[in-house]
Amino acid sequence: MKEKMGTTGLIFNEPLLWEKGSPGRTGISLPRRDVDEAPLDKALTGDGPDFPDLSELDVVRHFTKLSQWNFGVDSGMYPLGSCTMKYNPKTNERQASLPGFAGAHPLLPERLSQGLLALMHDLAAYLGEITGLPAVTLQPSAGSQGELTGMLIFSAYHKHTGKPRSKVLIPDTAHGTNPASAALCGFKPVAVKSGPDGILVPEAVAALMDDDTAGIMITNPNTLGLFESNIRQVADIVHGKGGLVYGDGANMNAIMGVVNVGDLGVDVLHLNLHKTFSTPHGGGGPGAGPVCVTPALAPFLPVPRVVKDGEVFRLDENYPLSVGKLHAFYGNVGILIRAYSYILSLGKCLKQVSQYAVLNANYIKQRLKGDYHLPFDRPCMHECVFTDKFQQEHHVATLDIAKRLMDHGFHPPTIYFPLVVSGAIMIEPTESESKETLDQFIDAMQQIAREAKACPDCLHESPQFPKVRRLDETLAARSPCLKG
Amino acid sequence: MRYLPHTPEDIRAMLQVVGAADLDALFASIPDDCRRKEALNLPEPLTEWELNGHMDNLAAGMGASPGTKVFMGAGSYHHHIPEVTRQLLLRGEYFTAYTPYQPEISQGTLQTIYEYQSLVCRLLGMDVANASMYDGASGLAEALLMTIRVSRRKTVAVSRAVHPLYRRVVETYFAPTGFEVVELPVGQDGRTDLSGLKDLGELAGVALQSPNFFGCIEDMAAAGKMIHADPKTLFVAAFSEPLAFGMLKSPGECGADIACGEGQSLGIPQSFGGPGLGMFASRQSYVRSMPGRLIGKTVDRDGKTGFVLTLATREQHIRREKATSNICSNQGLCATASTMYMAALGGTGIRQLARLNRDRAEYLKASLAKAGFSSPFSAPTFNEFVVRFPDKFEETWKALLEKKMVAGLHLEPYYPELSDCWLMCVTETIDRDDMDTLVKEVTR
Repeated sequence: MKEKMGTTGLIFNEPLLWEKGSPGRTGISLPRRDVDEAPLDKALTGDGPDFPDLSELDVVRHFTKLSQWNFGVDSGMYPLGSCTMKYNPKTNERQASLPGFAGAHPLLPERLSQGLLALMHDLAAYLGEITGLPAVTLQPSAGSQGELTGMLIFSAYHKHTGKPRSKVLIPDTAHGTNPASAALCGFKPVAVKSGPDGILVPEAVAALMDDDTAGIMITNPNTLGLFESNIRQVADIVHGKGGLVYGDGANMNAIMGVVNVGDLGVDVLHLNLHKTFSTPHGGGGPGAGPVCVTPALAPFLPVPRVVKDGEVFRLDENYPLSVGKLHAFYGNVGILIRAYSYILSLGKCLKQVSQYAVLNANYIKQRLKGDYHLPFDRPCMHECVFTDKFQQEHHVATLDIAKRLMDHGFHPPTIYFPLVVSGAIMIEPTESESKETLDQFIDAMQQIAREAKACPDCLHESPQFPKVRRLDETLAARSPCLKG
Repeated sequence: MRYLPHTPEDIRAMLQVVGAADLDALFASIPDDCRRKEALNLPEPLTEWELNGHMDNLAAGMGASPGTKVFMGAGSYHHHIPEVTRQLLLRGEYFTAYTPYQPEISQGTLQTIYEYQSLVCRLLGMDVANASMYDGASGLAEALLMTIRVSRRKTVAVSRAVHPLYRRVVETYFAPTGFEVVELPVGQDGRTDLSGLKDLGELAGVALQSPNFFGCIEDMAAAGKMIHADPKTLFVAAFSEPLAFGMLKSPGECGADIACGEGQSLGIPQSFGGPGLGMFASRQSYVRSMPGRLIGKTVDRDGKTGFVLTLATREQHIRREKATSNICSNQGLCATASTMYMAALGGTGIRQLARLNRDRAEYLKASLAKAGFSSPFSAPTFNEFVVRFPDKFEETWKALLEKKMVAGLHLEPYYPELSDCWLMCVTETIDRDDMDTLVKEVTR
């Protein structure tokens, strides 16, 4: 296709839910009443919520129109760096919605839940194989809860050895949630500055690592899209002082089958199933954040754990050193089913996923580096980081570039992150995009670079095509209106 | 592989642009001693139909509703999910979107979640609601941590009638912090006994659940007054069955400062316990201490109404060392599902549905009482209640599994003193015939 992707579609206006409907309507059918009414004390009862009454068609049109204002991976390329917006295979939805899975009560007796217990057992084993860290909990509900679990394990481990510690080292190229996760466990986060080439310097870690430091949280590949090539030396330094190494595995998409994380000296690692293992992000979750650890740390994992006794799977609570429970039941099982389905669909070919993800990112990096400033011109992993330095002389900023991309029919990349790069534009194409799509995206980015010179105001005025134009975020924060 | 689009020609052409000899050369920045030597020991890829067969087999052995009649709630409820919710949710524009960082092309998610916040406030009688938490249990832990931030005190009290698994999650969150959790006892009637509250010293917050784990409806209005006898103590109203607020007084009406709980009942499949939906709401004055994401209304450059993520300064990506919580992604799509569900029910529907749940549960309670099985607790209940069965009921219970019936949850593992008690649940998906069959079977 030679034409620009973006165009104005037929977009409908739609009011808020409670501006529609009429009292007395309903969009559901209730079962027949086959029992008498049982009165209840007036002191306990209320009037019920003031919800609008809508018919089924009112509801269908409302949410269909709203959906048309949204961009998803199914709509087009979504190169949001660090978020890994890959294709979500449709078969995964079929598997997760099987009545035996979707209708399963979490407290069913083990005899009636063998299917899901087997699935969880095998998924944990596959994740152990992929990371090289064999002991796995599937319980954390998101990557950030996985980080919290990891920090709870750090805390429990040091308490168990008899020497609680108070600090955790966090490189400036780590994910944004890391310091908050450490702080929730009572650790003081200590920032480590990366070297001039964007990766960790062992000497910088050695200077900060002491015997009151619980360990380090390393995102690898880091948020600049670079592999932390000194990680083994760093791990040796941390282990030498009795600390532990946490790996933020959110970027695992780059290294499946290429790196055995366990061999790098990492003790604890979380995975984001909704990134690497293709489960849909749903506009903000649910995700799942399994945590993989070395055999030595296995006793600290959350309970219950799925174990296999002969041919029977059961839930085992008997781990006295466990950090406890992170979820009322066993985590986001619906997401686990999707990830399991993805792993079985690809099996051994998961290595190709990482190879193509890295190929696609390097292809974009190479083809755009004349048009956009590349702060770290090294081979990248699955994402590459540009800046707006070349465009600044025309008074065009990263935000303008991002907004203009919408008019071209693409979701913008991640912007102003990582924080260590001023005006960052972080592109992660993932392995699911074809060469033709990448070429269209590159064309759009190059055209925007030309527009920045020729007509900077066109960029300041973008986006033009979506339902709304640039929104006033300051107003939203200054006088919050959070409900209607 | 159908998810990987590259042909050998594409790969060759792209490698040439990149300047790499082959795919392995792309990883040159990874030192040799960091490379994996052995191939992944994973199965051969399955075709789509092989995968279907495998998954059908795994699912077939599950004792799931509706094939199995499950008279068990305890924080996970089998309600009918209207097809309209299920199908609308599958629209790729919702399903395959990310957190709405670029508001201009995320207005669908943003308006839906704004509507979610509004409906949650109406349901719970509160001023502000966040855009979801992981689940009811971690939501309660976050609520209690919030009472500590607000009051600057260090101890919280939690009723023993709060879901025992939620309390274990609270313990986990509190373990490394140095803050303390004390337990409030349960009275004879099955409600929390608050008479010792004033002897507990300065409390940051007090958490009750209603209906509580035993299904008993707490006298929340009276509890609110007692808790607020100390004006600095926050009243946390937890729940695991939000449908109850279709007929019960809302937490806000009873004076709660924070209302939090599990929203799975509102149009979300049980899925072996997750994903669910952590619902979380509070009074306006605490909005800046609240964890989680918030959506706010604003205007665009032309003055048109639109929605954005807001008050992000509490969040990790601005002042990362000072964040209120580490939550970023959570249960957005589940919040979307519950919005669709609440929209389909409407005010009229939710009142009728709540009533039907209560009436059917009361029918079973009365039938069991008539058959000679009484409840140890006298407090009124919603769609769950505790019943005392004679010794050796466990064998009957096991025999009923063979007849595809789960006759309640044995309370002994959670409350050893209630070793002869079972927690029963009836929703609109269980009809009178099902209940009559159950009563006949247990009296046999």
